[in-house]
Amino acid sequence: MSRILIVARNTFREAVRDRVLYNLVFFALLMIASAVIVGQISMDIETIVMVSLGLSAISLIGLLIAVFTGVGLVSKEIDKRTLHAVLAKPLRRWEFLLGKFTGLVLTLTVNTAAMGAGLFLAMWYVKHSIARGDTVVLVAVYFILLKLTLVVALAMMFSCFTSPLLAILFTGGLYVAGLFVAQLRSLQVTQMSSHTQKFFAILSYLLPNFGNYDVMGAAAHGRAIPRVLMLHNTLYTALYCAIVLSVAAIIFSRKDLK
Amino acid sequence: MTAPAIETQNLTKEYPYGFLHLKRKTSLENLTMEVADGEVFGLLGPNGAGKSTTIKLLMGIIFPTAGNAQILGKPVSDVSMRRDIGYLPEQPYFYDYLTAAEVLHYFARFHGFSAAERKERVQKMLQKVGLETAGRIQLRKFSKGMLQRVGLAQAILHDPKLVILDEPMSGLDPVGRREVRDIILELKNAGKTILFSTHILPDAETLCDRVGVIAGGQLRGVGAPGSIVGVKSLGMEIVFELTGSGPQFEAIRAKAAKSGANYRMNAGEAELYAVLAELREGGAKIISVTQIKPTLEDFFMELVGKDRSRAAAIEVSGQ
Repeated sequence: MSRILIVARNTFREAVRDRVLYNLVFFALLMIASAVIVGQISMDIETIVMVSLGLSAISLIGLLIAVFTGVGLVSKEIDKRTLHAVLAKPLRRWEFLLGKFTGLVLTLTVNTAAMGAGLFLAMWYVKHSIARGDTVVLVAVYFILLKLTLVVALAMMFSCFTSPLLAILFTGGLYVAGLFVAQLRSLQVTQMSSHTQKFFAILSYLLPNFGNYDVMGAAAHGRAIPRVLMLHNTLYTALYCAIVLSVAAIIFSRKDLK
Repeated sequence: MTAPAIETQNLTKEYPYGFLHLKRKTSLENLTMEVADGEVFGLLGPNGAGKSTTIKLLMGIIFPTAGNAQILGKPVSDVSMRRDIGYLPEQPYFYDYLTAAEVLHYFARFHGFSAAERKERVQKMLQKVGLETAGRIQLRKFSKGMLQRVGLAQAILHDPKLVILDEPMSGLDPVGRREVRDIILELKNAGKTILFSTHILPDAETLCDRVGVIAGGQLRGVGAPGSIVGVKSLGMEIVFELTGSGPQFEAIRAKAAKSGANYRMNAGEAELYAVLAELREGGAKIISVTQIKPTLEDFFMELVGKDRSRAAAIEVSGQ
């Protein structure tokens, strides 16, 4: 088995044994309660409410896991010194880092897929049927997973050179800033100096564009999501993660462990 | 001639400290040493001397400020060389959500063993370190001594050519220490090269072919435990029995020290026979005559003492 997969497998096992997936119980309870309450509504908006609520919960729960577990992936290993014995094996530091990343993304995939299935069950309970058009919800769930993957990469990178608390703050801050990239690009430029214009233009392309992943409105209303956006978001996530993880690997490869 | 198993040249490690990291503290200074193939080498020194820093530098856990090191003829940055190295960190920590067997399986996977071979090796190692009945218990329930045993098992699981052990006896009870000592001797007999750090001097005297003493980040001496302290005799110790009473007995008792039911007296080598004759005339029964040699502990304490007095002098002079 590849060394990256060995680390990934163990990271997944760690998440399972540390009861990270217990959040699914909370999500299930939320979906059951929502389905029962929304089921009483007869204004043709029950699907919209259900989908919006479900996708928001999947996103929020996923974000909490991605940020907190993502930051702890490396920093916990350094603090507890579990890394010392691992790095004495024929394993490169970047392989370890990539293994941890893959393991957490695998955990989030399982978690998000389970929550997505829960959402479909709740929709079925409310509508008594699942239509072909509902597959757009699947795309929204996929976009959430892509977003979480990028958040994990950022959290890992920050945790490679700063304290866990600062890494959480930096990741959270970058996530919030990344939600407003579109607004940053459409700022009224006439009131700015050319330098400021350039600065904001560059910044808007450097920041991770988390707004791209938000298709909750389209999913709730059953509007189709263009295939080109799916391809764009997939490639964007892959490229951005590759850059962020490369930076993380360079920093981590030169880091003195305590 | 076989290349040394470990070789360092002017290995130096400085740590920045202070608010802006502008000040620097030297943990290890110009360490140049060699550990020969098949040798058991003990790295001795008090806490904070630089032993663990040396080992961490060798294992690539930290990076040198200056100098370089080779293990088995390859630079320490070469990951492939780690196939032939076993390492026990100081106060080892492992994933506490795993069982002892799972931890060993996890580490064994990095060496590419087949499932059957892995299973066999893990079983064998658990048995070797006395954990065969605790293999299915999560490490969070393990004592410090048990974790040390797991650490030792993972270090030798893949039958490495070189074993590096950082304070292997730490946290162990006398039985555990004896078992670890036996494992080190077993590895030595199998022709493995062993480097271990310790501040338990009798262990070093028993196990090591050579020792290196580190104090204040500097290597102060290297050699066989006997030769490093010098072969010069410090005199002779005579143990004798003295049961009679009277002025002649009292005169001898006044010169001797009581040692249990017997008496002890030190004499220079030149005056030994005269003292023995005097004792015999005084009615003493000689039990033993032993040459007094400085121990590794004496050497160690002298070095550490010098270091402390020098540190105090620097502090007083404000340098």
